Amino acid sequence: MTATIIFTIASLTILGLVLALILYFTAQKFKVVEDPRIDEVETILPGANCGGCGYTGCRAFAEGCVNSESMDGLFCPVGGNDVMKKVAEYLGRTVAEKVPQVAVVRCNGNCDSRPKSNNYDGYTSCAVMASLYAGDTDCRYGCLGQGDCELSCEFDAIKMNPRTGLPEVDEEKCTACGACVKACPKMIIELRNKGPKGKRIFVSCINKDKGGVARKACAVACIGCTKCQKVCAYDAITITSNLAYIDYNKCKLCRKCVVECPTNAIWEVNFPVRVPKKVVAEVEKQ
Amino acid sequence: MSKTFKIGGIHPHDNKISVNAAIEDFPVMERAFISMSQHLGAPAEPVVVKGDKVKTGQLIAKSSGFISANVHSSVSGTVHSIEMMPDLAGNLAQHIVINVEGDEWMEGIDRSPEIMREIILSSQEIIDRIAQCGVVGLGGAAFPTHIKLSPPPGKKAEFLLVNGAECEPYLTSDYRIMVENSEEILIGVKLMMSALGVKKSYLGIEENKPKAIKRMKEIASKGYPEIKIVSLKKRYPQGGEKQLIDAIVGRQVPSMGLPIDVGVVVQNVGTALAVYEAVQKNKPLFEGVVTVTGKCMPEQRNFRMRVGTTFESMIFAVGGFPKGAEKLVSGGPMMGKAVSRIEAASVKSTSALLLLTEEETKRGEESNCIRCAKCVDACPMGLEPYLLNRLSRANRLEDLEENMVHDCIECGSCLYVCPADIPLLDTIRLSKGKVLKIIRSRPKK
Repeated sequence: MTATIIFTIASLTILGLVLALILYFTAQKFKVVEDPRIDEVETILPGANCGGCGYTGCRAFAEGCVNSESMDGLFCPVGGNDVMKKVAEYLGRTVAEKVPQVAVVRCNGNCDSRPKSNNYDGYTSCAVMASLYAGDTDCRYGCLGQGDCELSCEFDAIKMNPRTGLPEVDEEKCTACGACVKACPKMIIELRNKGPKGKRIFVSCINKDKGGVARKACAVACIGCTKCQKVCAYDAITITSNLAYIDYNKCKLCRKCVVECPTNAIWEVNFPVRVPKKVVAEVEKQ
Repeated sequence: MSKTFKIGGIHPHDNKISVNAAIEDFPVMERAFISMSQHLGAPAEPVVVKGDKVKTGQLIAKSSGFISANVHSSVSGTVHSIEMMPDLAGNLAQHIVINVEGDEWMEGIDRSPEIMREIILSSQEIIDRIAQCGVVGLGGAAFPTHIKLSPPPGKKAEFLLVNGAECEPYLTSDYRIMVENSEEILIGVKLMMSALGVKKSYLGIEENKPKAIKRMKEIASKGYPEIKIVSLKKRYPQGGEKQLIDAIVGRQVPSMGLPIDVGVVVQNVGTALAVYEAVQKNKPLFEGVVTVTGKCMPEQRNFRMRVGTTFESMIFAVGGFPKGAEKLVSGGPMMGKAVSRIEAASVKSTSALLLLTEEETKRGEESNCIRCAKCVDACPMGLEPYLLNRLSRANRLEDLEENMVHDCIECGSCLYVCPADIPLLDTIRLSKGKVLKIIRSRPKK
């Protein structure tokens, strides 16, 4: 009885040792040498795996960071400048600070200003709808309102507003990863500089049709009238194929174009509310 | 014994309520909107300018590339403008707008009802005439006919199949021409046979058109022994090229291949009539038979209509919007395209304007797939639509290619049979486009 127990223990121990040796040598033979810094960089990264950096995920981005010579062209939109600074510090490099960006929806044709001309009754997907026809309003460029951008967002930052039928971006949550930019088949969403204190001005329309056609389809369309271009003192506005575009690097946020726009297609965001001069005068009088 | 294709297929109610309406001439409209993109391939280039006087049948736009077709004026009058206008899907295409003044035809077009039986032209001359007259396939895809009739070097056509199946519900335009213009169609088939240099031709007609089969057989037996009339079982999508080849000659077109790879060329009966008119009567393709139908309509009509007639005027011609009409479809209910803009105009390949009621068009609420495999049974290409749908939603393009999504003919049979109302075709069509783009971008071996 005792002999059996001893024999069992001994044989299992020997077997274990032999197998452990085989495993040890195999592991040595097929060892994959990986830079330990990759793991470290990965822990610094936010771990959202959104692909906003252009790599397939955070691990791939960490590899990219470690293997590249400099930090040029490498940026994690989710972590922003803080995370990039930490990564650069860890790797002993310097990184240029990037201006924070935000996704901007360049269509403001809600149900009132852009009435529907037909009803779409197919699968709820902008991509499918865009492959079938030009859309359920007379504007061929405008938002289709099926919410592909909302589905694509990993951060819950873009939501369809059922009242207007248009997506709205939550500035706090938006990381400018660009997923919605890729998801939108009409290419309505653009990444723009967030601006000082979030103040920014942009043309909220991408309709390239002639003024009359655009205006007929939507009351708030850019009609390419060039008024904003004329009033801009900083040469920030260009008009190509009946559509104004404001270069956010040149714009000095003077807001002249916003007042000038006859269709209210130019939007100002995060500015204090304007008080009409008349009202100011009256208040002073009292 | 009627023939049919081997796998898949469905049996929708045929609803051919306009069968007995004889073809009548549609009144010439006040203004014609003639699209430059009426065919597959490069848009035609206008050769007229604003203010030019044109006659009916005059060349107004020239083919601009290898796959392209000429466009002729369907009316006589003055060119009002050449501008970008939305087509039925709202996408812009160049249109020539003509203000109609009278109806003066080009000299040289034979308008007599006399049937010209004698074929005097050589095969190359026939193809040239077809190209000049801008004939395109009228089965739906509008592929330029002269290209189809000149097979690439190294490939030889053995048979010409003519599609008279008209398997789409509601449509009766092909049926009406088979009954009213039977001999012209057979001459057109003979012309295409001599252009291709083939000895044997089959014309397939579905069983639900006994009158057309009888009449075609009668005439074929009198003077056209080389054309065999084949009766086909009623089954959708019998009129699909690959299905028709399988049904009649029992050959399978390889994946990504063309009918010519198995020695077959398929043409529609409408095309045959257009070829006859082009070659024997010197009449370019600028009018065609359009069925205007729908259950909500007080009467069903078949019109011979000029190209460039707006859908709006078609509706007015039959007494305005009927009560209960919910959706307009250009073509049949299975593969037709919804008309989202009624100011859009008809093109060469427009075969019908269909008005559907809410009951007919409303999709049910989507529910979960229960793996009943009805879609697999119905798919005429032997695909697994439920699987392709799931892969499409996950955007797994490699797996989609492995599962032959590019073989889908977009017939909609899967969507028709699905008890869970899953939008199978919508998702599959989207990913098919993506996969095809990838396949075409690969370097050729």
